[in-house]
Amino acid sequence: MTTTATAPPSSAERPDAPAGPPSQRTPKRIAFGHRLSRWDLKLSPYLYISPFFILFLVVGLFPIAYTAVISFMDWDLVRNSGTFIGFDQYVYVLTQPKFWIALRNTFSIFLLSSIPQLILAIFIAAMLDQNIRAKTFWRMGVLLPYVMAPVAVALIFSNMFGDKYGLVNTTLADLGISPVMWHSDAFASHIAIATMVNFRWTGYNTLILLAAMQAIPRDYYEAAAIDGASKFRQFTAITVPSLRPTLIFVIITSTIGGLQIFDEPRMYDQYGTGGADSQWLTITLYLYDIGWGQWNFGRAAALAWILFLIILAIGIINLLVTRRVVRDEGARSSLGRREQRAAARAARRDLRRAASSGTLADAPEPESAPESATDTPEAQR
Amino acid sequence: MSVLNPAPLAVVDEGIPNAPKREQQRRRRMQGSRPGWFVYTSLVIVLGAAIFPFYWSFLIGSGDASTIRDPNMSWIPGGNFLENAASVVNDPAVNFWPALWNSIYSSGLIALSVVFFSTLAGWAFAKLRFRGSRWLLVFVVATMAVPTQLGVVPLYILFSDLGWTGSIGAIIIPALTSAFGVFWMTQYLQQAVPDELIEAARVDGASSFRTFLTVGLPAARPAAAMLGLFTFVSAWNNFFWPFIVLDRSDPTLPVALSLLQSNYFVDYSIVLAGVLLSTIPLLILFVFAGKQLVSGIMAGAVKG
Repeated sequence: MTTTATAPPSSAERPDAPAGPPSQRTPKRIAFGHRLSRWDLKLSPYLYISPFFILFLVVGLFPIAYTAVISFMDWDLVRNSGTFIGFDQYVYVLTQPKFWIALRNTFSIFLLSSIPQLILAIFIAAMLDQNIRAKTFWRMGVLLPYVMAPVAVALIFSNMFGDKYGLVNTTLADLGISPVMWHSDAFASHIAIATMVNFRWTGYNTLILLAAMQAIPRDYYEAAAIDGASKFRQFTAITVPSLRPTLIFVIITSTIGGLQIFDEPRMYDQYGTGGADSQWLTITLYLYDIGWGQWNFGRAAALAWILFLIILAIGIINLLVTRRVVRDEGARSSLGRREQRAAARAARRDLRRAASSGTLADAPEPESAPESATDTPEAQR
Repeated sequence: MSVLNPAPLAVVDEGIPNAPKREQQRRRRMQGSRPGWFVYTSLVIVLGAAIFPFYWSFLIGSGDASTIRDPNMSWIPGGNFLENAASVVNDPAVNFWPALWNSIYSSGLIALSVVFFSTLAGWAFAKLRFRGSRWLLVFVVATMAVPTQLGVVPLYILFSDLGWTGSIGAIIIPALTSAFGVFWMTQYLQQAVPDELIEAARVDGASSFRTFLTVGLPAARPAAAMLGLFTFVSAWNNFFWPFIVLDRSDPTLPVALSLLQSNYFVDYSIVLAGVLLSTIPLLILFVFAGKQLVSGIMAGAVKG
C-alpha cells in the first residue's frame, strides 16, 4: 500500500535532480513504508494470539503452577499464605483409605460408562449410517440428551434409581426380581451413575463415529458385497477397523472427562458426600470435600496434582496405543506425507484383504486379478 | 463388445459390460435401498430412551409429593406442573430468576468472548507465518488435556483475595478463552481459506488486520457459530467451578438445582419440575440450533 503511494513522487523528481538529497529521501520513505508493512506482517500474528495467551497465562497456566506450589504447603486460610512442608500432603492423601476408595470408584464408574457407551454408540451409528429416511430428525433425536445439564440428568436418574420408590426397582418388582439397593450398594451405585453419563454422552459419541463411518469409501463395502461378505461381516471387517483412530480419539477424550467426574456423583443424593460409606465417592468429589468441606487447600492441591498425573499417565498409554494403531491404519496426519500415503496404501490393502477373507471362495476372476497383481509385491514385503 | 471378441481378450474385458449394471447397483445401494424394520425399531428404541427421562421428570413434576410413592402410578401426567413450577420460582432460597439471568448472561458472554479470541488466534495459527507458531500451537493443544481441577485451588485463592468470590465475574473470567476453541478455529481456517486469497488481499495493499476482517472473518463464520453454540451449552451446564465459587444467594441454574435438591428432597415433584424448568431454555435452543450442533459434532470431533 505505502510502496505504491510513494512511487509517483520519486519518478517525478528523478528528471530534476538525478542524484540529490530528494532522491535519497524517497528511497528512505519507501523503506519506511516497507518496514511498516514488514512489521505489520511480523508483529500482527503475535498481536492476534496475545489476548488468548495473556488470559490463558493468568487463569490457566498460573493456577496450574501455583497448585503445585500450594501442594507442598500447609495453607493457612486466615493469613492466606502457606508454610512449606515438602511432600507431606501427598503422603497424607496417598495414605488415606478414602483416596483409594475414590480411585476405585472413579475407575469403576469410568469403565462402566465408557465401554457400554462405545459399544452402543457404534451400534447406533451403524443404524444411522444406513440409508434411512429423515436423517436429520434421527440425528437430532440422538443428540437431545446432550443439552440437558449433568446436574439435571443426575437429579432425574437418582430419582429413577431410588432404593424404595424408584422406577427401576418398581419395574424390577413387577418382573419378579428383588429390588437392587442402588444407593447403599457400591457397585449398584456405580451402575446408576454410569447410566447418567451414558444417557448424556452416547448420542454425542454416536455422531462422531457416524461422521467417521461416512468417511469410509463405499467402494470397500461394494467390493465386500461382491465378494459375498454378509452385512455383519462387512461391519466387523471394514467398519470397525476403519473406525479405530476415531474410536481412540473418543476414548482419550472420554478418559480425560470421565476421570474428572463430579456433577453426577455429587447430585446422586441430597448430602453430596459420596454416600455414607463412600460408595460413590469419586476423586473430584473427594477433592471438593478436602478443599471446601475441610478447607484444607494444601491437601486439595496435592490431590489435584495426583489426579492430573493419573490422567497424564493414562493419556500417555492411550497415545502409545494410538501411535501403533495409526501406523496400522494411516488415517491421521502426525505422519509425513509419504509415510501417510504408504500407510494409506497398506491400510487399503489390509482392508481389502480383510474384506476378501470373508469371501465365499469364488470372487469374480477379472475383478480381483489386476488388484492382487499389483498387491503381491508389496504384500510379500 | 467383449462378446464378439476372441476368448483370451474376453477374460480381460469381462468387467466392462457389467459396469453400468454395477454402477446401478451401487447407486441403489447408496440411495435407493431402504433399510428394514430392524433399523427403524432400534432407532425408535434409542429415541425413546433419549426422550424418556424428560417425560419422566414431567410425569413426576406434574404430580405431588405422593406421586412417586404410588404403586399404581399413572403414566398420564397430573395437573400440578404449574403449581410445582411456581413453588420453584417463588422459593426465596432457590433464587430461580437470578439464576436464570446469571446463566444466560454468563454463558452468552463466555460464548462471545471465546469465539472472538479463538477466531483471532486461530487465524494467526492457521494462516500467518511467525516464529514459534508450531510450538505454540502444540502447547495450546497440550493444555486441552489439563483438567479443570488442577487450577481451582489457586483460582479460588486469587478470587477471594480480590474479593470476587460470589460474583458472577468469577465464573466468566476463567472461561473467557478456550484452548479447544483456538484449536477448532485453527483446524477450520486452515482448510477453509486458500492461501492465494490472502496473498491477493496483500497484493491489493490490505494490511494484515484488514485481511483478517475481509477474508478471515467471513470464512470463519460457520465454524465460529458452532463454536459459540458448544461453548454456550457447556458454559450453561457447567457446575463444578460455579458450585465452588458462587454464593448460594446468587447462583447459576445448575447451582440453583443443587439447592433445590437439598431443600426439597422429600418432595421430588418440585425438584423435577425445577429440573424441567431449567432445561427449557436449552430445549428451545436445541429446536433452533440442534441441526448446527449435529453438524458441528460431525464436522470435527468436538468434545465440550
